[in-house]
Amino acid sequence: MHRMLLAALLAAGTLASPTLAADLRIGLQDDPDVLDPDQSRTFVGRIVYTSLCNKLVDITPELKIIPQLATGWSWSDDGKVLTMDLREGVVFHDGTPFDAEAVKANIERSKTLPESRRKSEVKSIESVAVTGPYQVQMNLSAPDATLLAQLADRSGMMISPTAAEAAGADFGAKPICSGPYKFVERVAQDRIVLERFAEYWNADAYHFDKVIFLPIPDTTVRLANLRSGDLDMLERLAATDAAGVKSDADLQYAQAIGLGYQGITANVGNGDRSKNPFGEDARLRRAFSLAIDREALNQVVFEGVFAPGNQPFPPNSPWYDTEVPIPARDLEKAKALMKEAGHETFDIEVQVANNPVQTQVMQVVQAMVAEAGFNVKLKSMEFAALLAAQSAGTYQASQVGWSGRIDPDGNLHQFVTCKGGINDSKYCNPEVDKLLDEARKSSNDEDRKARYDAARKVLNEDMPIIYLYHPTWIWALDKKVEGFVPYPDGMIRLAGVKFSS
Amino acid sequence: MSAVTDTAGPASDGYRSRSRAWRKLKTSHSALAGFAIVAFFVVIALLAPMLPIDDPTATSWSAVRKAPSLEHLMGTDEIGRDVFSRMIWGARASLIAGVISVIMAVSLGVPLGLVAGYFGGWIDQIISRITDAMLAMPFLILAIALAAFLGPSLTNAMIAIGLSAMPIFIRLTRGQVLSVKTEDYVEGARAVGVTDFAIILRYILPNVFAPVLVQATLTIATAIILEAALSFLGLGQQPPAPSWGSMLNVAKNFLTQAPWMAWWPGAAIFLVVLGFNLLGDGLRDALDPREI
Amino acid sequence: MLSYIIRRLAIAVPTLVLVSIFVFTLQKLLPGDPALVMAGEERDPASIEFIREKYHLNEPVITQYVYWMKAVLQGDMGVSLRTSQPVLDLIGDKLPVTIQLAIMALIIAFVVGVPAGILSAVKKGTVIDYAANIVALSGLSVPNFWLGIMLILLVSVNLGWLPASGYESFFVDPLRSLETMIMPAFVLGTSLAATLMRHTRSAMLGVMKADYVRTARAKGVREHAVVIKHAFRNALLPVVTLSALLFGELLGGAVLTEQIFTIPGFGKLIVDAVFTRDYAVVQGVVLCAAVGVILINLVADVLYFLVNPRMRSSL
Repeated sequence: MHRMLLAALLAAGTLASPTLAADLRIGLQDDPDVLDPDQSRTFVGRIVYTSLCNKLVDITPELKIIPQLATGWSWSDDGKVLTMDLREGVVFHDGTPFDAEAVKANIERSKTLPESRRKSEVKSIESVAVTGPYQVQMNLSAPDATLLAQLADRSGMMISPTAAEAAGADFGAKPICSGPYKFVERVAQDRIVLERFAEYWNADAYHFDKVIFLPIPDTTVRLANLRSGDLDMLERLAATDAAGVKSDADLQYAQAIGLGYQGITANVGNGDRSKNPFGEDARLRRAFSLAIDREALNQVVFEGVFAPGNQPFPPNSPWYDTEVPIPARDLEKAKALMKEAGHETFDIEVQVANNPVQTQVMQVVQAMVAEAGFNVKLKSMEFAALLAAQSAGTYQASQVGWSGRIDPDGNLHQFVTCKGGINDSKYCNPEVDKLLDEARKSSNDEDRKARYDAARKVLNEDMPIIYLYHPTWIWALDKKVEGFVPYPDGMIRLAGVKFSS
Repeated sequence: MSAVTDTAGPASDGYRSRSRAWRKLKTSHSALAGFAIVAFFVVIALLAPMLPIDDPTATSWSAVRKAPSLEHLMGTDEIGRDVFSRMIWGARASLIAGVISVIMAVSLGVPLGLVAGYFGGWIDQIISRITDAMLAMPFLILAIALAAFLGPSLTNAMIAIGLSAMPIFIRLTRGQVLSVKTEDYVEGARAVGVTDFAIILRYILPNVFAPVLVQATLTIATAIILEAALSFLGLGQQPPAPSWGSMLNVAKNFLTQAPWMAWWPGAAIFLVVLGFNLLGDGLRDALDPREI
Repeated sequence: MLSYIIRRLAIAVPTLVLVSIFVFTLQKLLPGDPALVMAGEERDPASIEFIREKYHLNEPVITQYVYWMKAVLQGDMGVSLRTSQPVLDLIGDKLPVTIQLAIMALIIAFVVGVPAGILSAVKKGTVIDYAANIVALSGLSVPNFWLGIMLILLVSVNLGWLPASGYESFFVDPLRSLETMIMPAFVLGTSLAATLMRHTRSAMLGVMKADYVRTARAKGVREHAVVIKHAFRNALLPVVTLSALLFGELLGGAVLTEQIFTIPGFGKLIVDAVFTRDYAVVQGVVLCAAVGVILINLVADVLYFLVNPRMRSSL
């Protein structure tokens, strides 16, 4: 026993010292789900993919689409054919070369794998034609302005077709992509280890031998680990810890306003529970919105680090409609609107996920709207139960959010169009449908913006969703980490990131 | 959950032993200390509406997470509520949860245990197997699953705790019944035609009473911790109403910025649980005829 | 003896079946559709439908149970709905972690609880005895999740002495392993130490009144020799038996401890699975825990039987 212990100690010692300097340890808020880009569904999984897998295209911090595995692309005049030229000399982690056939196989897998959760994202692609060893043509059933943005995310992630073929739906157990780091091991709820892929096409830009992701859900514990040196960086620092990190000379702070939002979805047409004044009379919803002081909410709960909001896009987004600014709190107007709707006071039940931050938000909202005459009853539910109630329509109003998408369509279309997949409000207005459908088909940004703005005016009157704020991604890093660039999609891109010497 | 108490002793014989037990209880320092602690919290909880304290749900944006001061003796919480008044109101939730859930466990468990022990046979088999099955699942897991099924609320947490604690009382009662039912005086009563119901009421139940009381007192202690644990996981008392467990649940997000939010509820749970444990210990010593 | 063990094992079978039925129904009653949770934020209808089909969620509960039971009898516990990992692998990964935690907690409890119990018994009625009792009762009364977060705050955050979370296998890096586990093990061991102390004390008191101890004393054996050689040796057996029983409880107590210290063990596995409605995992883990509890109880009873000859007639 003693000898074994000694041997283990020695082994640990000799192994640890030389590699330690170049291992990056990243604290994550959650444990990712299955590591198959076609099957996975969590935000946190995408953080791992960013180092593990390459996508056809990527984005800049300003959300412009830029080349990654596709070096260039062009649209046909009718907007129904997307031709992409591919990067040459790229190999997957198993040595399989990346080429046009691989892209075709990947898109087809996203479309046909029974377990695929990407089907709706690549629905518009009818077929993929290999037009050269390094060129593909995607033929669409209808123009789709959102497609490139989808290809900048999980739908555009390229996995080794050889490995995918062999593993089938079990690919996630040992994912093989073409990213700067390759998969080594995963211990559920404990760690995911990646190591440097020497044959990566841009290997010089990556400086760590290993990248280790450690899911640590508790924000205090995550930060304590960073302070003690057990982590080199962490994502989703609690907003209330921001000041502490900023004033800590041993740490660095980075933030980017996210693409998502949090809000209150009113049930306006989903089953019998929508048959109540709050669901039927938009004036009550507008009054509710006017009674909220979004700036104060942000200050109290998030110490001003998040961004107050009243639209699906944050105010710093190019898609934000500046003609509908964040309303200042106006209790008089709120009361007047309620009176118009025939209510002095109004009892309303809002469901909220039973995590401390969301309940804190709703308690603040509850206290604010009480002054206008809304008696809010909070119904705390586990997230799983909340989702089920939302989908079944057994709720009056629900505090819920969306992690956000690069393309504006992703934050809006499916929530407010009559047949939208996640339109739990069951709001339905043909005018909005028409505008958003047109915006989806147009490839001209100005044209699209005009339509989103027009839809905003209508939605702001009908108000099926009362937007509250936009979470800010916050990273805390050890001071020795340099070169990190925050992105609004919350991803950790490691190109150029290294330890200062 | 601690193991079933080992108070199973021979039958106590009527009033004499009971008054002896009472005298013994009165001289037991630990029992008195426990009683004092419990009484203190009970009084506070009862008087909560009458005390000159802030509204426990009144928020103040200008006093978010303020450290303890003269104005707020225990500081303020994440949305500017007075922690002191939330502590006092929280005592209600914790005590009610502890007591009601144990009452529930006792009133379900004791009859089932009586029936199983007294009648034996297939009905005993069924009840015992169900008891075994419930005891084979980790107590907390069972309570978490039950609470998740019922939906997060204080009432549901109490039901979950009560159901999870029930098998302990079934097993305890059944054991007591088995040890008593072969006693001569029970056999004698049966021989002269006293009905089962009367036998249970007159001879069996009094013998079950003492160990159940001791176990119940100790289980209240566990139930209070369990309510706090469920609230800590978000499955108990729901905001804005306070309970010590849910206060801790929120407090853990502000450990570094506002540690006082975590001090008080934890300390209070500790104290009240200590009180019930002391009381339970004292009761056991007083009611247990075996001297240690 | 053997027939007793066989009888006990035979009784365990219906108990386990009941456990499985119980967990299964309870889960089916839980609000929230696993397919909705698993389909992801987009909740693509095709994915939802696929998940329902694949895991037989559309079929009657009884049919689902039969599917599951059939597979279990063939040694297949299914795969996690969330991560697609086989449930058996997950259990195999997590169980050693929790067992290590439990063993460390048990060691701490032994090192603290047993000597304290002896001391308390020997010094019965003195200040030492009172103090030991109060400390033990406090150990039983402190909510261990609170103790956990307070220790994290003090030891990890303020003093920076120990990591606040994490896990390393003892066989990979023993030092790191002890470093990450010592605090959770202490938290988990607190109430255990208290229980052990109280039982050691009463066992010691019982033994010290026994004839052979009196005889030893009468023969003029020195007091501490009496305590150690005669009394303690005999008091130890019931205490050991008790710890076998407590080991089962420890596995349950690990649930919150693991949650707080982010230890990837059995308890964290099951709590996360309940909250994400990962049915297959909850099912498998609870069944496995129940088997463990039943076996441990059996071992404890057999031990008790072996050290306690008086019990033999009652079996």
